[in-house]
This record gives sequence, C-alpha cells and structure tokens, in this order.
Amino acid sequence: MAGYKPVAIQTYPILGEKITQDTLYWNNYKTPVQIKEFGAVSKVDFSPQPPYNYAVTASSRIHIYGRYSQEPIKTFSRFKDTAYCATFRQDGRLLVAGSEDGGVQLFDISGRAPLRQFEGHTKAVHTVDFTADKYHVVSGADDYTVKLWDIPNSKEILTFKEHSDYVRCGCASKLNPDLFITGSYDHTVKMFDARTSESVLSVEHGQPVESVLLFPSGGLLVSAGRYVKVWDMLKGGQLLVSLKNHHKTVTCLCLSSSGQRLLSGSLDRKVKVYSTTSYKVVHSFDYAASILSLALAHEDETIVVGMTNGILSVKHRKSEAKKESLPRRRRPAYRTFIKGKNYMKQRDDILINRPAKKHLELYDRDLKHFRISKALDRVLDPTCTIKTPEITVSIIKELNRRGVLANALAGRDEKEISHVLNFLIRNLSQPRFAPVLINAAEIIIDIYLPVIGQSPVVDKKFLLLQGLVEKEIDYQRELLETLGMMDMLFATMRRKEGTSVLEHTSDGFPENKKIES
Amino acid sequence: MVEEENIRVVRCGGSELNFRRAVFSADSKYIFCVSGDFVKVYSTVTEECVHILHGHRNLVTGIQLNPNNHLQLYSCSLDGTIKLWDYIDGILIKTFIVGCKLHALFTLAQAEDSVFVIVNKEKPDIFQLVSVKLPKSSSQEVEAKELSFVLDYINQSPKCIAFGNEGVYVAAVREFYLSVYFFKKKTTSRFTLSSSRNKKHAKNNFTCVACHPTEDCIASGHMDGKIRLWRNFYDDKKYTYTCLHWHHDMVMDLAFSVTGTSLLSGGRESVLVEWRDATEKNKEFLPRLGATIEHISVSPAGDLFCTSHSDNKIIIIHRNLEASAVIQGLVKDRSIFTGLMIDPRTKALVLNGKPGHLQFYSLQSDKQLYNLDIIQQEYINDYGLIQIELTKAAFGCFGNWLATVEQRQEKETELELQMKLWMYNKKTQGFILNTKINMPHEDCITALCFCNAEKSEQPTLVTASKDGYFKVWILTDDSDIYKKAVGWTCDFVGSYHKYQATNCCFSEDGSLLAVSFEEIVTIWDSVTWELKCTFCQRAGKIRHLCFGRLTCSKYLLGATENGILCCWNLLSCALEWNAKLNVRVMEPDPNSENIAAISQSSVGSDLFVFKPSEPRPLYIQKGISREKVQWGVFVPRDVPESFTSEAYQWLNRSQFYFLTKSQSLLTFSTKSPEEKLTPTSKQLLAEESLPTTPFYFILGKHRQQQDEKLNETLENELVQLPLTENIPAISELLHTPAHVLPSAAFLCSMFVNSLLLSKETKSAKEIPEDVDMEEEKESEDSDEENDFTEKVQDTSNTGLGEDIIHQLSKSEEKELRKFRKIDYSWIAAL
Repeated sequence: MAGYKPVAIQTYPILGEKITQDTLYWNNYKTPVQIKEFGAVSKVDFSPQPPYNYAVTASSRIHIYGRYSQEPIKTFSRFKDTAYCATFRQDGRLLVAGSEDGGVQLFDISGRAPLRQFEGHTKAVHTVDFTADKYHVVSGADDYTVKLWDIPNSKEILTFKEHSDYVRCGCASKLNPDLFITGSYDHTVKMFDARTSESVLSVEHGQPVESVLLFPSGGLLVSAGRYVKVWDMLKGGQLLVSLKNHHKTVTCLCLSSSGQRLLSGSLDRKVKVYSTTSYKVVHSFDYAASILSLALAHEDETIVVGMTNGILSVKHRKSEAKKESLPRRRRPAYRTFIKGKNYMKQRDDILINRPAKKHLELYDRDLKHFRISKALDRVLDPTCTIKTPEITVSIIKELNRRGVLANALAGRDEKEISHVLNFLIRNLSQPRFAPVLINAAEIIIDIYLPVIGQSPVVDKKFLLLQGLVEKEIDYQRELLETLGMMDMLFATMRRKEGTSVLEHTSDGFPENKKIES
Repeated sequence: MVEEENIRVVRCGGSELNFRRAVFSADSKYIFCVSGDFVKVYSTVTEECVHILHGHRNLVTGIQLNPNNHLQLYSCSLDGTIKLWDYIDGILIKTFIVGCKLHALFTLAQAEDSVFVIVNKEKPDIFQLVSVKLPKSSSQEVEAKELSFVLDYINQSPKCIAFGNEGVYVAAVREFYLSVYFFKKKTTSRFTLSSSRNKKHAKNNFTCVACHPTEDCIASGHMDGKIRLWRNFYDDKKYTYTCLHWHHDMVMDLAFSVTGTSLLSGGRESVLVEWRDATEKNKEFLPRLGATIEHISVSPAGDLFCTSHSDNKIIIIHRNLEASAVIQGLVKDRSIFTGLMIDPRTKALVLNGKPGHLQFYSLQSDKQLYNLDIIQQEYINDYGLIQIELTKAAFGCFGNWLATVEQRQEKETELELQMKLWMYNKKTQGFILNTKINMPHEDCITALCFCNAEKSEQPTLVTASKDGYFKVWILTDDSDIYKKAVGWTCDFVGSYHKYQATNCCFSEDGSLLAVSFEEIVTIWDSVTWELKCTFCQRAGKIRHLCFGRLTCSKYLLGATENGILCCWNLLSCALEWNAKLNVRVMEPDPNSENIAAISQSSVGSDLFVFKPSEPRPLYIQKGISREKVQWGVFVPRDVPESFTSEAYQWLNRSQFYFLTKSQSLLTFSTKSPEEKLTPTSKQLLAEESLPTTPFYFILGKHRQQQDEKLNETLENELVQLPLTENIPAISELLHTPAHVLPSAAFLCSMFVNSLLLSKETKSAKEIPEDVDMEEEKESEDSDEENDFTEKVQDTSNTGLGEDIIHQLSKSEEKELRKFRKIDYSWIAAL
C-alpha cells in the first residue's frame, strides 16, 4: 500500500538574484581593496608572467603593483603629459605606453628611463600594443593614424591612414604577428595586416568604439561602444550578437582566464559578466563610480577595476576554505558493514531485499503518528520560524486541513503561546502567509480570550498584533484608493469597450478581519 | 454487417464489487464477489477476472461456498432464486426457486441440505432469518418452498448475523440488542447494552457481529468504535463482555481468523487492525488502505484475508498483514466533479477516482488502468472533514498535457485553489508535474479548456472563473544557460462587465475562443485576444457551450438554464435557430459533426442527437434513464461500425457513454449483452491444473493456437463426412427398416469397409502428387506385403476371404501411408 505522504511544503519563488554557479564563482571575492590614484585610471594591465604584477595608468604616471601590495612597487613618472595604455609584453619584461604629447615610450620593467621612444604621432596616443612576435609595437593616435614600430631600431615601419577619426583602442592578434585591430571614433573597427599596406577587414560598429578585444583563437572580435558587439571574423566580419545590457557607454572589455566568460565595464558603474556561449548576462558587479578600465589576473584570482574618480578597486579571490574535519562520530566498525557482502547465493536461498527506508522530517514523523501538538511545537521552534517560516506555515495549514488546528494550539502556557504570537506578529502581514495565519490568529484569540489579562507578556503581544492588523487595514485601504484612481485613469484611456486589462494587485487582507484583544 | 436491432441502453462495466463480503475458494486460488446481477471470479494471484457467472435477473445479494462440495458456489439474489454454480468452468448447475426477495445467504456445514437466507415477508422493513431446505432433484430448476423460521426482527445486512461454534448458535444484532439463538435448545437469549437506556451514550449501537469459530465467543462492533467480546452467553444473567477500543469511528466489519486466535476489524480510518489473542495490547495494524473498509473476509485455508473498500476495491492481504493484490473496479465512492474525459493516448475513461486521484479506466477490458495522484497529500478519512477536491481536469495537445484544478473551501471567504499542469513523459509513460499555480483565480474555476488545434505551435489553456475573469495560460520557455525548463504563465486576462465567466470553448481550428459570461456569449480572437462579437439571447445563464465541428464549424451552440438551446451562425453573427430543450448534458462527437444532448424532464432523461446545421434531430431516444444524467462523453471506436440506417449512423464512429446520478455508467448498443462479452474473458477459461499465471497466458495462448489448428483440421474432415452419406452402402444401411436388415455382425465389416474406401479415395484426391510416391513405396514394400497376404491366405481360407483380404490390404496400405506421412513431416522438420 502507499506509504505516508509527507506534507507538501509550499515553495515560493526566491526574489532577487538567482543563485547559480556563476554567482557563486563571481561572488567568491574578498571585500575590495581601494587605492587612490592621482587621476582617472585609464588602463590596468596584468603581466602575463608570474608574479602577475599589474600596471596602472593614471594621469601622468604608471604604477606597477604587486598582486597583494597596496603600495606601488615601481613607478614610471617621466611623462610630460597624461600617459595612456601601459601594456606589458607577453614575457612581462617590457612595458609600452602612449602619451598625450604623441610620444610612445618603451620601458624595461627593471629600469627607470625609457628604453626607446617612438616619435611620429602628432597627437595623443591612446592605444599601444605589442604584436605576437614581440619585436613590434602598434600604436593608434588622435591624428587618425595607426603606426607599426620596430623595437630594435626604434623605427616606424608602416603607417595606416584609413581611419577618419580618433583611434582610441586596438589590440594585436596573439597568434599572427602581422595582424592587429583598431577601433576608432569613426564608428569602425579595422583589421590591418602588416604585410599589406591597407586594412584587410572593416566592420561598422555604429557608435564610437571605445574598446576592442580579440578572442585568443582570433575567430571572434568584440567591440564596445554604446553597445557591445561580437563579430565573427571567419565569416568576414558578420555581426554575431549585439549586447545591450549596459545603459551607458562601455569602456573596457576583458575575457576570463578560461575564455568562457566575457566581462565588460561601463560608465554606468557596472561590470557585467556574459557567457560566451549564449551571450547572456550571468553576473553583474556594482562599483561606486564610472568604470574606465578592467583587468583580470591569471586564473581570475584578482579583479582590478579603475574608475573615473581615480579609485582603483582590487578584489582578491577568497582562498579555498579548508574544511575543518569534524571529530568523527564513532560508527560501527567497517567489518560490520562488510559482513556477508561476499556471500554467494546458494541454490535454495531466497534473497530478500530490504526496502529502501524513506527519510521523513521530524515534523512528518510526528504527523504520521498523529502527535499534532508535538509537530506544531517542532515547527514553532525559533530556528525553524526564522529560517524557514514556510515550513511552519505549511504545517499550520496541514493541521487546519486535518481539522485539528484548534486542538494543537490549545493548552499552551505563557512561554509557548508567546512563541506562537511572535511568529504571527512577524509573518501575519506577508501576503503569501496571510490566509493561513489569519485563520490561526482567529483560533488563538477564540481559545485564549477567557484567560486574557493573566499574563502581561502575552497581553503585550496581543496588543502588538492588534496594532499590526490596524496598520495593515489602513495600508490596504490606501492601496484600494490607489487602485480606484488607477482604474479611473485606465477607463479614460480605454479605446475599446469590452476589453479590459487586469491590474495586478497585492490583495492581502479582507477587511472584515478584526482582532480584538 | 451488423444486424440492426433497436438501440438499447446497456450498463457497461464498473459495477460494484464491494456490496457484500468477498468469498475465497477453499484453496485460496480464487476470490468471488457479487457485482450487480453477476458473480465475478477473480484469481487471487493475478487479480484477473477469470469468470463472470451470469444468470440472475436481479441484484445478487449473497454468495457462499457449498460446504459439501468446495468446487461449488451458492448465490442468492433479489429475484428470489438460489443458484448453484461450478465456478471453475463457470457453469450454472442448479436453480432453486424460493419466490421471495432474498437479502443474504448463509451456509452451515452441519445443516447439509439447507441454507439460511434473510427474507422480508410481511412488512417492507421487517426481516427474518429463515432456513431453506434444498430438495434433492436432478432437474435444473427446483422449487424450494420449504422455509423454516429461525429469527425474526433482524437487520437486513448480513454483517449483523453470524453463526458460531460449528453451528451451535446464531447471533444477530440490531440497534442495541444482541440476540443469540441456540439451535439445539431452540431458545433465544437477548442481551441489551446497559447504557442504551441512557440517552447520552446512545452512540454505542451494534454495527456488526462475528463469532469465534471454535469457542463460545461473540465479537460485536459498535458505532462508537468499540469492539465487545461476549462470553458465557448461555446464561441470561451471568454473561460477561470485555471491550477492545482502538477505532475512533464506527466499526464497519469484524472477522475472526480461521483458528480463532486473532480478530480483524476495520472502519472508516482505513486501517485493518488485527487483535491477537483478543487482548487490547497485542494488536497489529495495516494502515493507509485508501478508503473505508466495508467488509473483511478470511480464506478457509487461513492464509489470506481480504478487505472490501468503499472505493470499489478489494485488497487481498497475506496472513502477515502484507497487501498482495488489489482488485480495483471503477471508483464510485465520491461525486464526480471532473466529468467524463477520454485520455487521447490510452483511450481510457478518465474521471475522479480515489480521493485526490484521477482514475484511468479501460472501457474495453472493464478494468482500472491506473490512478494518478493529483493532490499528493496524506488522506485523512474523517467524518465531517472538508477535503481538497479535484474539481476540474482537461487533456490537451493529444494527451501531452493534463491540467487539473483542486480546491478546498472551508468558509465563504477562505478558498484554497491550485492549478497543476502535468506533462506526459514518454520515458516513464506517465504524467509528471510541470507547473503548480497557487490561486490562479480569486474564485472557483468554472471551466477549463485547451486549444486542441492541430497546427498550434504553443500549447494554450484557458480558465474561466466566477471572479469574472478568464485567463489564458501559455507554455513559455523558462530555460537559462544552466538548465532547460518550460513552464506555464498567464498570457492574457479578459473580462466582460464583471459578469461571472461560466464556460469557455475553443473552436476546432483554435482560431476563436468563446467565453460565456452568465447570459452573454463573447467571441475572442485567439491570436490578438480581441473581442470579436457578443451574442445574447436573454434566456438565462449559459450552461453549456460548444462549437460545431468539421462542416458545421461555423456554428456555435449554447444551452441555457431556462431550457433554450441556441445555435448561432458565426459568419452572419446571428441566431440560426433555437429550440426549447432543457439540456443537462451536451457533448460534441470528436469524429463527426454530431452533437448529443441529454435533456431532463420530470419523467426521465431523453437523448437527442443532432447536427448544428439543422434543428431537426437525427435521432431521439426517450427515457434513457429515470435518474438525472450527470455527464456524458463520446468515445471513439477502435473499429468503426457500419450501420446503414440513418438513425443509427451517429453510432458508427463513436460510442456515447453517460453517467447517471447514482453513478452507473451506461451506453447505447444494438447488440445483446452476450454478444458484447469480450473474447478475452472467454479466453480466460482457467484449467483446473494450471494456475493462471502470466506464463499460463503465454503458453496457454500458444496451446490455444495449436488447438485451433487441430480444430481446423477436424473441421476439414467433418466437412468431408457428409459426402460419405452418398455412398450407397451407408444410405442402404441407414434407410432400410431395421427388421429387414441382416444381423449387425454381418453388416459391420461391410459398413466399416465402405467408410474406409471413401476415406482412401478422398485422401488420394487431396494429395495427387503423393500417389505416385505411394505407388513407388507400394512396390518397394510389396515383398513384405505379399508375405503378409500370403500368411493371411494361409490362415484363413474362407470363401469370403478374397474380398476381405483385399480390403485388409487396403487398410494396411492406409496405415503404411500414415506412417510414411509422419516420416516425411519429420524429415521436413529436420
């Protein structure tokens, strides 16, 4: 025959953010360390080699920070004007940066003075990068040109003059030493090949391009302006998807170390994390100011975000919590379990399988044996009422369905009844629990009305409950008034007779509930 | 071509199984139970119905094994007869005509030639226990008029009579009295419960009685849940009783085990209680049997118990209180809210079943397929408790979706409402809960319908409610990157001037939705959810609403509470016709344009079948039932019939079933009930030696096929036989008067020979190719044969000899041929 059916606990949709593996992953950072820089932080770049230092470009300085240091371990400050886009070479030993005066400077990490200076741009250089062969530097400037420089003899190799507005972002391919990409305020992203003298591909972004990113495989291109757009390079620059999740210009892009997630920072003070398979937002970070730069350390260990107010926010991943092994309870010896395991079935033996035991919650066990008061006591325990009020409400509902709620509530002393009243006071006004709890409150009042006035503690609770109900009634009346006003507005706007639109309301309390005390 | 008789209303399936105690056969292989006018024989192992014993013309009220022959069964009926059956072959052996209504039957091993029955003779509510002497006679029908009175003024129910201690006494209870009649002394002792005079404790009246099989001990069950064990009742003064109390509600039935060591009791709690050694401490329970226990019976072998339940079910329970088999009929315990539906996949009838369940009932095999637990809550069976009721259900999208609505209303303002949507899972072959919606409406849901259009890409459900709204629910893709999920959400909410929405209905192609708001019918476009038009006849609230189908899809039909049936034309938006008809049930046929309407009048219910295109009905049958008809449904036939007559054409592709207020399921048929018996039930003739196990069905079937083959060959031979009549020898033998014929000994050989001859020629004709080979064989075997013939010649040198020898050789030949045939078949088999 069918076994005991456990009480169905009403589940309610959890409001707010859903807990997914992504939220768990991206929330697993310590509280951010804030470092004040001299000006807006325009670029943060991690060294690809251990110990994974990072370069922060702010105002006319470039600071190199160690991963866990809050003070810069090195500073490059020989810029006459604002520095831009300090970028590490793949081996982490060289650093290149552009500047407002049109110069491009190459530094050795250990040195102080620039190793090379590339002169040729006439206006501010906002983007520089090393090519994949490590011996060339690509730069883009506000004079609409993109230049390729040779590091050994610090000469200009090529100049592309295809953009018709400021070139503000760019990146070199990590696979092919000859390919690089630039994005410009003329709304285009262009791919250049150093072996030819002109661009090999151009895509129309639609807005000024603030940041570009090439996937490690080189197959996909991400460009950010007002929106983030993903382009398929292998199909000749076809638009794959347009992400419109930010409501202000997106200024920086970054890939997670696994390549599975794309991060974008925006002037709307948010960093969003997208899945690169479905291009859906899986997580979002909030920051205090508009974000200009963003970088992720190796293995996503650190997130560094630079903002317009010069604050650098550094978040470190929490170290894997080592679980303290609890002192193990003494269990029967292993031999007990293994006993008879390798017994072979003989011919005349009948194998009897033990039926799987169904685990029942304690309150279910009580209900199964019709111990109704005990079941109610169990769920009125403060640990249960605070953490999982829906269980308490479901048990009260079940007792009501069984017609024994009054019996279970009766015969309680001062302490127990104040437990019940505490629970009612906390949850009575919640619309999802109200229908069940109003009924329970009525029963309690009916039962304990004759003995009222004997305990000041309980009397106070009843008065509290009364005040709560009165407040709720006022609130509901106000809501109804608002609803009436809205109805009137809708009625004037309605075009057609007969059709109507339902207004969702939070009907909680029928007004005839009066709690007397 | 089916012979066209008149269409009759026939009761089909789902009759009660729990009317009386079930009876076990002596070897516990079979269990018998009364079921309407029949007695059903079930196997206790396979739960299959092995036989249906039909012969009574009225309700069967009692069955008992023949104490003198355990292979026979007595049954009594309200038609005034006692019948004796051979239950293994399902044959009626004898009928005893008593002549008055028999209400219960008892047998005693001690009273060999008589049985006890309960009759009411003078007044309608006074019942007597009488013994009937069954005369010994060879004829099929015997009059048994020899009645001797035993006890008067007893309860009608057989639960209130018990024979005890090998038939020494009989105990009967009624209200507050227990009377014991001793057969030897022919005296009656009467005991009254002391508290019965006291009005305060008036709840302890007797409900049932059982007697210990070997000791002088009577157990009686009471209304207040107590069981009293009476002893020493030979003395009116010194009698004692002890009380056993566990049940909190009425004790429905009691039974002692065969040895008498334990007592079984059951009641509304649906718990079987076993009291060991008649003490209150030693008790065992078998809980959660599903419904009120109505009867308990014990097998004579003592290894099985069985309980009959109010939900039309018999549970067979092992001695160690483990349920081993469930024989489930159509559940009829409770009122039917959901109406009758057809599951598009299994073609089973679907309706309310056990509390909180939907039952799937196969009409073809008259058997419950399964129960679907909808409410999924522990069922507390208690008097006066307001239960959650499953009020509405609908199938959609060819059986892929099932929507159910459950509600519980304690007070006017406190309504609990829940809608559940179930998806059919092909892997598990069952419905799985997909979406649960709490309070889909503010008030009761009055109607529920799926859009069943073939080309609809998105499943759509519409609910109409008393709160004045109808809501459209659609299946939406709720999946994110982590998991795939689909769920139902509300898509549109419509209302019309705050009237209560009472019915809703989709057109066949799903393009239009009709929703009735009290007196007004509104038509909505199902794509844009715009109100297209309204119809109003001011003839009372709309009770039923349905669209025409196929060629009549431009019509909309509505039946109102004031007894008007209206048909609107959707193209002209005008009333096409109306008729004065108090329609109770209106059901469209899914396979044709026909619509069946059942009207209710003071006399009874009438059936009208019509097409929406014309107001003149195709078929009218008056007086289909004296009761109110609650629900009806068209069930598509597996094999279409071919009635040519215009009046019966509506039955060609579908069959119409309806359910009356007393919950009997009826249908229309032209065949006689014998014809309607399914061949499956005939196949299940169990052989004595073979237990009816699943293996039996496999092997039995195989064997049956072999039997059929044999039969065929036999038939072939039988067909040939008439030809032999043409042979002059036989005709001479048969037509010559006996007194002029020579002696039989003389004729015999001639007769036999003539038969052999004819046979031989026949077979030769049949297998002409074999003839050559035969001849060859003959030549091969000729040496032997010659030897043989020579021998014969040696032994018998009579005048007649030659002829006989020749004949003998022929017969010899035939035998040889037979051997040869066997040889060949054997080679072929290699």
